[in-house]
Amino acid sequence: MIEIVGVCKKYSKVQALQDISFSVEKGEIFGLIGPDGAGKTTLFRILTTLILADSGTARLNGWDVVKDYRPIRDNVGYMPGRFSLYQNMTIEENLEFFATLFHTTLAENYNLIRDIYSQIEPFKNRRAGKLSGGMKQKLALSCALIHRPLVLFLDEPTTGIDPVSRKELWAMLRGLKSQGITILVSTPYMDEAMLCDRIALIQKGKIMQIDTPQGIIEKFPQKVFAAKADRMSRLLSDLRAYKSVKSCHTFGDCHHITIDNVQLTIDNLVGTLIEKGHKNVTINEISPTIEDCFMGLTDGQK
Amino acid sequence: MAVIKVKNLTKVFGAFTAVDNISFEVARGEIFGFLGANGAGKTTAMRMLCGLSQPTSGSGTVAGFDISKNSEEVKKHIGYMSQKFALYEDLKVWENMRLYAGIYGVPHREIPTVIDKMLASLGFESEKNTFVKELPLGWKQKLAFAVSIIHRPEIVFLDEPTGGVDPAARRQFWEQIYKAAEDNITVFVTTHYMDEAEYCNRVSIMVDGKIEALDTPANLKKQFSANSMDEVFTKLARKANRGDS
Repeated sequence: MIEIVGVCKKYSKVQALQDISFSVEKGEIFGLIGPDGAGKTTLFRILTTLILADSGTARLNGWDVVKDYRPIRDNVGYMPGRFSLYQNMTIEENLEFFATLFHTTLAENYNLIRDIYSQIEPFKNRRAGKLSGGMKQKLALSCALIHRPLVLFLDEPTTGIDPVSRKELWAMLRGLKSQGITILVSTPYMDEAMLCDRIALIQKGKIMQIDTPQGIIEKFPQKVFAAKADRMSRLLSDLRAYKSVKSCHTFGDCHHITIDNVQLTIDNLVGTLIEKGHKNVTINEISPTIEDCFMGLTDGQK
Repeated sequence: MAVIKVKNLTKVFGAFTAVDNISFEVARGEIFGFLGANGAGKTTAMRMLCGLSQPTSGSGTVAGFDISKNSEEVKKHIGYMSQKFALYEDLKVWENMRLYAGIYGVPHREIPTVIDKMLASLGFESEKNTFVKELPLGWKQKLAFAVSIIHRPEIVFLDEPTGGVDPAARRQFWEQIYKAAEDNITVFVTTHYMDEAEYCNRVSIMVDGKIEALDTPANLKKQFSANSMDEVFTKLARKANRGDS
């Protein structure tokens, strides 16, 4: 459904995208995972025909993003990171406006947006500017879907949204996938990567890895251990002081470490930590998370 | 000693009770996580604590000053940093520091020393004359935090300070928070990252304008028989009737 080959884009001095190539299958939820400034929005804007790449090609459903921008615009839905609906129009007016732009009606595609729109329909006479963050997001998603697009582009739909609303949004995306819509979604939240079919880890305009979330975890070259003790901040500095501890990062209520296992065994490490006065030391092997993988890849770049 | 003391704090907008009778205290040097779903009332509560909004009823002191009667003094004794860092992109690093030192009332004579110390502690000496717009996001964030405590306030309010930055920068930022707390600056922080809730000494969770839970992360997990703060949050926030979703 989406095919990107060798796309580059530079803004004056900044190389926003460097030789980006990947493809997305029909009905896939594909995630672009990376922090602000990684190039996610630039790529979205190229794919939705809003800006031109410096080099490289991209096709959607066989249409070229430069030559065939008209059919592309008729067939994609784009929800930008910033709320960009008409604040002075009501929920219903916004939706009808977008339906008219795409030569359709609310009634025609009601089925597709029902699950999402029904949650805000009771407030349909409220102005968009007066809605809370979660309601705005549901309206924006409804507007992006009103013409039953082939591909839905969602640029950071969950940024600034609380964890429960984030889970709801992902459930909605699953529902859209089951109706055959292809979804390209970006997020800075690494835990959301697990909810995509495939992901690209992107940093500073470069794709570091593309695979299924599970595939990326399996490719992680090292064993990861979770370390805990009574005094966590001292544990962090003590662990970092060991040369054979290759990396040590805080992860919620434990520290994740990787070790040079030629030099050091976990039993030895636990022993020396206890000698240093740490109490209730536990170090267990765990499965790495996407965030471990992301940091592993970026550490390597330095 | 408590740096924040709040009793029965309430804010009503028309027929809507945004903050509903909340009471809590935050101790000096504590890292206090202030969590809640979108629309639960966090921002309204925080605006009252910063002296930007008058409570409808109830009372509170921040850094020893009454938030209703003495809100101007409250503003002088706190630091504030939001997700949209209030740095001036077209000013250099040291100019931003100079500006905020002036705004926060650092005595004129001390400003050059304060700036030099801050540049050194951030490791920014070589970036002194760099325009802020040219800094990477993670650096801007560090700078924004540093200027928010340039006047050595008793407490700093951080409103979703880590949104959008990469995982490594997010962690470095928390190390900066720990350092501030070790210097006895109280940290009051909101976040949507549940792993960050684990880094707080104590966490409160707001649901529909009320504080539904307040304890250490370990005790909250016990209380709600949950394995992670994410589970605790989900269990509580799913009960919400109002608001955002």
